[in-house]
Amino acid sequence: MTDPEPRSGLARRVVSTITGAVATILAASFVIFAGLSAAPGDPVAQILGAKATDQARAAMRRRLGLDDPFLERYWHWLTGAVHGDFGVSLTSRQAVTDLVVPRLATTFLLVVMAALLVVVVGIGVGVIGGVSTRGRAVVSTLVGLGIAVPGFVAANALIGVFAVRLGWFPTYGSGDGLIDRIWHLTLPAIALSIGYGAYVSQLTSTAVAEESEKEYVVTAHGRGVPASVVLRHHTLRNAAMPVLTASGLAVAGLVAGTVIVEQIFAVDGVGALLIRSISSKDYPVVTAVSLIIVTVFVVVTTAIDLVQVALDPRERAKS
Amino acid sequence: MAVPWGAVGDLTRRRFAALGDPALVVSAVAAGLLTLLAVIGPWIAPYSPDATDVLSASQGPSAQHLLGTDSLGRDICSRALAGARLSFAGPAMIVLISTVLGTALAIFSAWHGGWVDRMANRFLNVMFSVPGILVAVLSSAVFGAGFWAPVLALGVVYTPYMARVVRSLAIRERHQGYVESLQLATMSSWRIGLRHLTPNVMPIVVAQATYGFGSALADFAAVSFIGLGIQPPEAEWGVMVSDGRSELLNGAIQQTLVAGTLIVITVIAFNVLGAQLSARSGGRR
Repeated sequence: MTDPEPRSGLARRVVSTITGAVATILAASFVIFAGLSAAPGDPVAQILGAKATDQARAAMRRRLGLDDPFLERYWHWLTGAVHGDFGVSLTSRQAVTDLVVPRLATTFLLVVMAALLVVVVGIGVGVIGGVSTRGRAVVSTLVGLGIAVPGFVAANALIGVFAVRLGWFPTYGSGDGLIDRIWHLTLPAIALSIGYGAYVSQLTSTAVAEESEKEYVVTAHGRGVPASVVLRHHTLRNAAMPVLTASGLAVAGLVAGTVIVEQIFAVDGVGALLIRSISSKDYPVVTAVSLIIVTVFVVVTTAIDLVQVALDPRERAKS
Repeated sequence: MAVPWGAVGDLTRRRFAALGDPALVVSAVAAGLLTLLAVIGPWIAPYSPDATDVLSASQGPSAQHLLGTDSLGRDICSRALAGARLSFAGPAMIVLISTVLGTALAIFSAWHGGWVDRMANRFLNVMFSVPGILVAVLSSAVFGAGFWAPVLALGVVYTPYMARVVRSLAIRERHQGYVESLQLATMSSWRIGLRHLTPNVMPIVVAQATYGFGSALADFAAVSFIGLGIQPPEAEWGVMVSDGRSELLNGAIQQTLVAGTLIVITVIAFNVLGAQLSARSGGRR
């Protein structure tokens, strides 16, 4: 390094983080492609049916490039994927991109709603648990319960109570128009957010509790600084870092969680598309959706890493 | 939902440490009873879990059927008891795989240190950035739905959580005086690793495995629930929640309620027990 300033450490950290993320995505793309290429099922038979002539089958094999060496097929697929071309669905004969893109909006809205719940309710409950000694037992019980309830169990409980018994929300579907969509996605978003919300609450309340025991906070209280000012200006600011990390990890987890929750509420997003495509052995779609989910997951976790580096000078020293 | 239990473990462990012994005793008894149930469940079930009886379908709790019947007339209590075994066998295998792989990786990299350790650490970080449920689902796509595909996938996915906790303790143990004196006494690295290091990290391994069991049970049930794990009509708690879906929409909640409650209680019991054991095993603070 020619530049001895601390800035070079920052630049190196940023570059190595981004390189690591790209490498992870590439490795994942290779594993996913290789795995699904080895999966049972014959794409040619799936497209042409069992009665096709040998000639037609050979022609189709050539068209799909199935006779090419494996690495060549991977490279062909990867370069296509980078340009937004994931091939053609085996079952619907539509371009995979046309199947995936309209569903991304639905999944995006679901993740945003769940993320809002995780951040607002999760951090809110966590702060209460961290600050008030009386609230701590209640919060820690709620959090323990929240972490222990799997999303699919929560989803069914919510359907049983709020959709079937009370009839406040629809039991399934994604709705039309923004308001209707939000109404349809409310229960799925709650089911999706419970586990991660509890996780964020727990980290928040521990971070806040630890911070408020520190001497400078005790001193500030002793000097007669109003409790709300101490909380906002000292405790919460210094407790923010682990909370930020936890929230970021939670949002990344929500993306993967849609795979199960969308299926339960028959929300027509990419998660449900993935499960449906696995059942129908539609591997081009499975490969594309898996790669998209992994990419979003890695991008979100990398972003948190970079935000940490930006906010906390100590992080820059680590390589 | 797959919450990264390594990180949660650290914090719950301190949180629950304040509760003291009652939490340890209650969670240990609950986890023990549930495990016993998983072993003897199929034998003490009053009916065959697969016996259908259309005439008494969709009934509420009664003297004949303590927890009612499902839409095919199968006894829900019997299915819950018989299903306990598969519901536990899955996470038990997942925990076994991740414990063996994670402990071996951690001790190996802690022992060699240097670039081996750095590579292992980087590898673990990459593994952490892979969403577990997606891997389990894809594994079922490649190897076919059933018991082994999600179990093997989740076993690998859970490995880094075990490895990270063991690694930090193993690095500390590596630099203890007794290791050096054994080396001076020309004991082989293998022998020191197996006979001395491994036993010394065992408490934290057991604690972490207990903690992981709860998450593994939830994830395994989730995969079965969406139809890519245990297949109906086999009795398993995730399958039961899935079977109960159509009944739920008609207002009959028993099957979903029974299976869902069993899953939640089991996860809580193992989470609390794992946290309690961690607090006592001298792991990372």
